[in-house]
Amino acid sequence: MPEKTYLQAISDGLRQEMRRDERVFVLGEDVGVYGGAFKVTAGFLDEFGPWRVIDAPLSEIAIVGGATGSALMGLRPIAELQFSDFVACAWDQVVTVAAKQHFRAGTPVPIVLRLPSGGGFSGGPFHSQSPESAFTHVPGLKIVCPATPHDAKGLLATAVEDPNPVLYFEHKHLYRRIKAEVPDERYTIPFGKARIERAGDDVTLVTWGAMVYTAAEAAEALQSEGVSAEIIDLRTLQPWDKRAVLESVAKTSKLLILHEDTRTSGFGAEIAAQLVEEAFEQLDAPIRRIAAPDTPVPFSPVLEKAYIPQVEDVAGALRELAEY
Amino acid sequence: MVTQTQIDVVMPQMGVSVSEGTIVKWLKGEGEQVLADEPLLEISTDKVDTEVPSPAGGVLGRIVKLEGETVAVGTTIALITTAGGALAEEPKPESAAERAPTSPEPVAAQSTAATDHVFVSPVVARIAAEHSLDLELISGSGRGGRVTKKDILAHIAASQAPEAETVVSEPLPVPVTSSAATNGDRLETMSQMRRSIAEHMRRSLDTAAHATTVFEVDMSSVVAIRSRLKPEFLERHGVRLTYLAFVARATIEALRNWPWLNAEIRGQEIVTHSYINLCIAVAMDGGKGLVVPTIRNAEGLNLLGMARAIQDVGDRARSRQLTPDDVEGGTFTITNPGGHGSVVGTPIINQPQVAILDTEALVKRPVVITDDKGVDAISVRPIMNLCLSFDHRLIDGAYAVQFMAEVRKSLESWGEERY
Repeated sequence: MPEKTYLQAISDGLRQEMRRDERVFVLGEDVGVYGGAFKVTAGFLDEFGPWRVIDAPLSEIAIVGGATGSALMGLRPIAELQFSDFVACAWDQVVTVAAKQHFRAGTPVPIVLRLPSGGGFSGGPFHSQSPESAFTHVPGLKIVCPATPHDAKGLLATAVEDPNPVLYFEHKHLYRRIKAEVPDERYTIPFGKARIERAGDDVTLVTWGAMVYTAAEAAEALQSEGVSAEIIDLRTLQPWDKRAVLESVAKTSKLLILHEDTRTSGFGAEIAAQLVEEAFEQLDAPIRRIAAPDTPVPFSPVLEKAYIPQVEDVAGALRELAEY
Repeated sequence: MVTQTQIDVVMPQMGVSVSEGTIVKWLKGEGEQVLADEPLLEISTDKVDTEVPSPAGGVLGRIVKLEGETVAVGTTIALITTAGGALAEEPKPESAAERAPTSPEPVAAQSTAATDHVFVSPVVARIAAEHSLDLELISGSGRGGRVTKKDILAHIAASQAPEAETVVSEPLPVPVTSSAATNGDRLETMSQMRRSIAEHMRRSLDTAAHATTVFEVDMSSVVAIRSRLKPEFLERHGVRLTYLAFVARATIEALRNWPWLNAEIRGQEIVTHSYINLCIAVAMDGGKGLVVPTIRNAEGLNLLGMARAIQDVGDRARSRQLTPDDVEGGTFTITNPGGHGSVVGTPIINQPQVAILDTEALVKRPVVITDDKGVDAISVRPIMNLCLSFDHRLIDGAYAVQFMAEVRKSLESWGEERY
């Protein structure tokens, strides 16, 4: 099986969907001639032509609005928003139009919004956010946060098939850093099915996106101290695999939630609340969260490192929970 | 807006080495007024028993830790509400909005109280209920001794294991759990002091090579001088002059010439002290233990100073006013069981010291006296036995008895001019 980077896996997935289904097209700023800000759609214009690879004006609301309209007309648009930060500009089209359309009129809106997200490369406050939690609060949207190349491709195929608006958060810091085996053939990965990154008995660690790697490093470090952490990569937040978390917590009775998004009203709060509601009598320690502080992402590399949860932060929390 | 301040009463740090204390008695009840520095409760640590003064004036709002509970130093044991405030009172409807911003205070105080070692997590509570288990019987490995899920599951597994092996013909030993009082026996938990004494006594016997020597001392001179000085000391200084003060003075003078008795063994080395911190054993009423307060730099005290110091530590020990510093750093101990008529004892050395002197009852005895011309006569004399237990690892028998001979000579030849 060939090895592909996270970025190549997304690119291959996109190409495969476009080859498989003529209704699928991409649009976004610089996705055509330039090949996308991160070169995810490099070569697409040559292969699929300007009718299916559309360079959009510098207007996120136009991109999402155009995608929503074409979806209503029967197409399967995949819109790239250069940085997930700028989805804020399209808030109205995403939240008020696309998310509500099915409930108001009974018509599906099968759009995929590709949202390069996350920090770790000194992108500063406008190019480093992880805004997935905000959209989990909006009924009608599906939220996907792949961590591995394999999941990136499989979840993209599922997103294209899904009749609802899907926000596909691809982590920029993983693009070229992470490489793994990815099948050439098409496959799908169901939404709402978590992946066990690492099995363990002492503490359950729930996370997603780039934090999966931070979690894995921390768990590896604690193995030598005799602490066995079970890492659950949720893969999708809406829907999220509550059953997997409940099953793991029934075993470990201790839960740590880790995310790169800010702490207050982050999706970790939702997981913690539901676990308390449904598994209170399974808990042997307070549920812990590790998240970014409630500030914008700093530009300075030193501050950004202090801002984004680090391996030692996670290791410390795992240790404390194990000892509790 | 209701203004109120809550003061946490915490288990005090009674000396550097003390990590926990037991609440013996609350002197105030919930809702009672208390003045700043007024005695609030009695505590017992492994060093001393003492009263804890109130850190503030106000109302004792809530007693968080009950009598008999042992808690770590710094643990909140009660809350005092100052000046007119009420403790975590129900918000009154008309003032609810006003009170909201101040509410974090009582909430924080409550959560502090809830995170102590008796915390039972939801999963442990459920498992305990399902198996009808008493958590008191399970030792906890969690934070602060908390029983964790793993602890309780291990306990269940251990208690079920023998049942699974009933095919084994050999009878299983009866598991020793908690002893229960039967046949009218009374069961009580050891006090902190008793546990500490038990440990210390055992450790001393396991450490030192105990040997005891007994000397008879003719106290005629001391008796005469004491009867003359006693009223004067009492009237002019308010000090009770006891025989113990004389023995202590004589001992200290002799220790200067026999320094290894004022020493300790530290590893492979002998530490000889340049000062004498004299410990006086004081029994608590009703057999409730023994404290050994220290008279620091006792070598600088004359008879009056010694008598006053002995009286001071004795009074403070019996009224539980000692501080941990009062019971640390001793270099030599005198114990005084003779008041009840005992004539010989084999005291246990107060570690890490190497000797302890025991003063026995003053008893009139017929003794043979040899006069200047070598003529023997029988005379009735006040005799006190002094028993010295010494650590034979460091102190040879000859060394010990020469020291004792000097103490005896010092007491027997006590002159009028000597203070």
